[in-house]
Amino acid sequence: MADITLEFEKPIVELEKKLEEWKNLSQSNNIDASDEITALSEKLEHTKKEIYSKMTPWQRVQLARHPQRPYTLDYINEVFTDFLEFHGDRRYRDDAAIVGGFAKLEGQKVMVVGTQKGRDTKENVYRNFGCPHPEGYRKALRLMQMAEKANVPVITFIDTPGAFPGVASEERHIGEAIAVNLREMFDLKVPVICVVIGEGGSGGALGIGVGNKVLIMENSYYSVITPEGCAAILWNDRAYSEKAAKALKLSATDLLGLGIVDGVVTEPLGGAHRDYANAANEIKKSVLSNLKDLQKMSTEQLVEQRYQRFRGIEFFNDGSEV
Amino acid sequence: MALFSNKNQYSTVKGFARQSKKKDIPRGLWEKCKKCSQTLYAKQLEENLNVCPKCGFHKALTAQQRVELLTDKNSFVEIDSDLESVDTLKFEGVASYTDKLAQNQKKTSMKDAVLSGTAKLDGQDYVIAVMDFRFLGASMGAVVGEKITRAIELATAKNLPVVIVTASGGARMYEGMISLMQMAKTSGALKRHANANLPYIVVMTHPTTAGVTASFASLGDLIVAEPGALIGFAGPRVIRDTTQAKLPEGFQTAEFLLEKGLVDKIIPRKNLRNELSLCLEYFQN
Ligand SMILES: [Zn+2]
Repeated sequence: MADITLEFEKPIVELEKKLEEWKNLSQSNNIDASDEITALSEKLEHTKKEIYSKMTPWQRVQLARHPQRPYTLDYINEVFTDFLEFHGDRRYRDDAAIVGGFAKLEGQKVMVVGTQKGRDTKENVYRNFGCPHPEGYRKALRLMQMAEKANVPVITFIDTPGAFPGVASEERHIGEAIAVNLREMFDLKVPVICVVIGEGGSGGALGIGVGNKVLIMENSYYSVITPEGCAAILWNDRAYSEKAAKALKLSATDLLGLGIVDGVVTEPLGGAHRDYANAANEIKKSVLSNLKDLQKMSTEQLVEQRYQRFRGIEFFNDGSEV
Repeated sequence: MALFSNKNQYSTVKGFARQSKKKDIPRGLWEKCKKCSQTLYAKQLEENLNVCPKCGFHKALTAQQRVELLTDKNSFVEIDSDLESVDTLKFEGVASYTDKLAQNQKKTSMKDAVLSGTAKLDGQDYVIAVMDFRFLGASMGAVVGEKITRAIELATAKNLPVVIVTASGGARMYEGMISLMQMAKTSGALKRHANANLPYIVVMTHPTTAGVTASFASLGDLIVAEPGALIGFAGPRVIRDTTQAKLPEGFQTAEFLLEKGLVDKIIPRKNLRNELSLCLEYFQN
C-alpha cells in the first residue's frame, strides 16, 4: 500500500521528496551534494519534530483513524505467540468485528480480546469497520469468563468507531450486551488490562474497557462521542469537528490528566503506522510491567481495585465546600 | 384492581395538583395532547397522572411527581441532594456548561437530573432513583452517575431492593469521558448489589437511550416500561443515516422491545404503583 499522507503532514512529504531527488541526482550524475543532503535531512528531522510534537487533538484523531495504523490482529501477531482464535457467542453468530482467543505473552498464558477493523473494502465489509453487534460483546464476555476458568489475565485491545448503530443491533439489544459486559467485567477474578490502540468510540469501546489498568496509545483517542457527532449536535455543523475534538478532551494526555486512563504508550514519531514493530514493542513493555504489578494482588484485591478505579472518577461539587 | 383496594391508592394525585399549581396555571387551564391533539383540561390531565384520557399518551412526569406516585405518603427521604455538576473540562462549546446548568436548575428546581432516596411502597422499604428528562435531557454526567451509584450502594448496604426510573437523551457531552465512565461505575455498583442477592427493578420511561440503556437501564432483574416509551441505544436518525435502512414499524418502542424480549412487561401508568408494589412483594423473604 502506498503511504497515505494526512493534510498536516504535507510539509514533511515535500521535504522527503526533495531529499530523495538530491540523493538520486548525486548518485546518477556523480555530483557531491552532501551539503545539500545534510541540510535537508536536518530540516526534515526538525520539521517532523515540530509537526508531530504539536499535533492538535483533531490531528491525533486523524492518526488514530489512519488507514495504515496497526490493528488488533497486527499487534496480536507482533506482541504474542501461539494465538488460538475462538469464534462465536453461542447464541447467534460469530461477529468478526471482535476477535479473541488464548495467546502467549513472553511465554505467559493470556486471553486477548479486541475490536478489529478491516484494511480494505472487502475486509471492512467482513469486519463491519470494527463496529461490533451485540454478539461481538457477548463473544468477548464468553472469552473473558473463560479466561477466569483458565486463570489467565485478560488483555483487551480497543479500536472501534463505536458499537454498530443498526436495526439488527437494536433488535438483539446492543445496549444490554454492553451493559452486561460492564457489570460482569467488574467481577472477573483475573487481572484485566485494556489498551486503546486507535479509536475509543464511546460505549462500544467501554464494552471491553473495564480493566484494572486502562492504557492508551499516544495518538489514540477515547471519547464519549465522535468529534463529528458532537459538532453536529452542538454547532449543527460537522465542519466544527476540530473544535469539538479540542473541547471533548479526548486525547491521551488529557485523559491521563483526568484519571480516565492510567498510562500512555509512546508511539514512533509520526504514528504507530510508521513502525509496527516499534509500536508493538512499546505496548508489550507497558502491558508486561502493568501485569507484573497486578499479579502481586490477590483475587479480592484485583476485584476491589477495579471497582475503586472507576468508582473514584468523581467530578462534582458535593456542597461541602460552601 | 380488587387485590389492592384496601391499600392507599394514588394518594399522590392530590399531591400533583398541589405541587404543580404554581407552574401550570399561568400556562393556561387547557393543554393540547402531543399525540392526538385533543384539548384537555390541565387539571383533568394531572388527575389522570399525565396520561391523555383520549389516546393514552403518557406525558412525562417530573421526578418529584414520579416519587409521589411510587411511594407511601411522607415516606420518601431524599439522599445526596447537595451534589452539583461542575464544568471540569471548561468545555469550549456554543454556550457555557455552567450557564446551561444554571438555566436548568432554575427551570426544574433540581440541582441535576436525578432525585433519589429511601422510601416505602405499601409499607415495603426500598431505594428509589428517578431521572428527570427536563434537566438537560437527563443526560448522564458525573452527578447523575454518582447519585445512581450511591443509591445502589445504599440499597446494598441496607439490604434493600432498588428501583430506578430511567429516562435519558444520552451522554452529557459537556463532561466528555467523565460522562462515559458513569456507565461503568453504575454497572459495577449493580454487580455488588446483585452479588448480595438483592432485587433491582427498572422502570423505563420515554425516552431511555444511549449510555443509560447501555448500562444500568438494561441490567434490571425486571425491566418494565411505560407504553409508547422510546427505548434504544442509537437514535433512529443515526441508524437511518448510517445504514440507509428502512426502520421497522414501531421500532424502538416499548412494545417493540417487549416483542424482541428486552422488556418484561409494559405497565400503563395507572397500574404502575400497584404492580411495582406487587413485584417488590414477590421478592420479600
Ligand atoms: Zn392524546
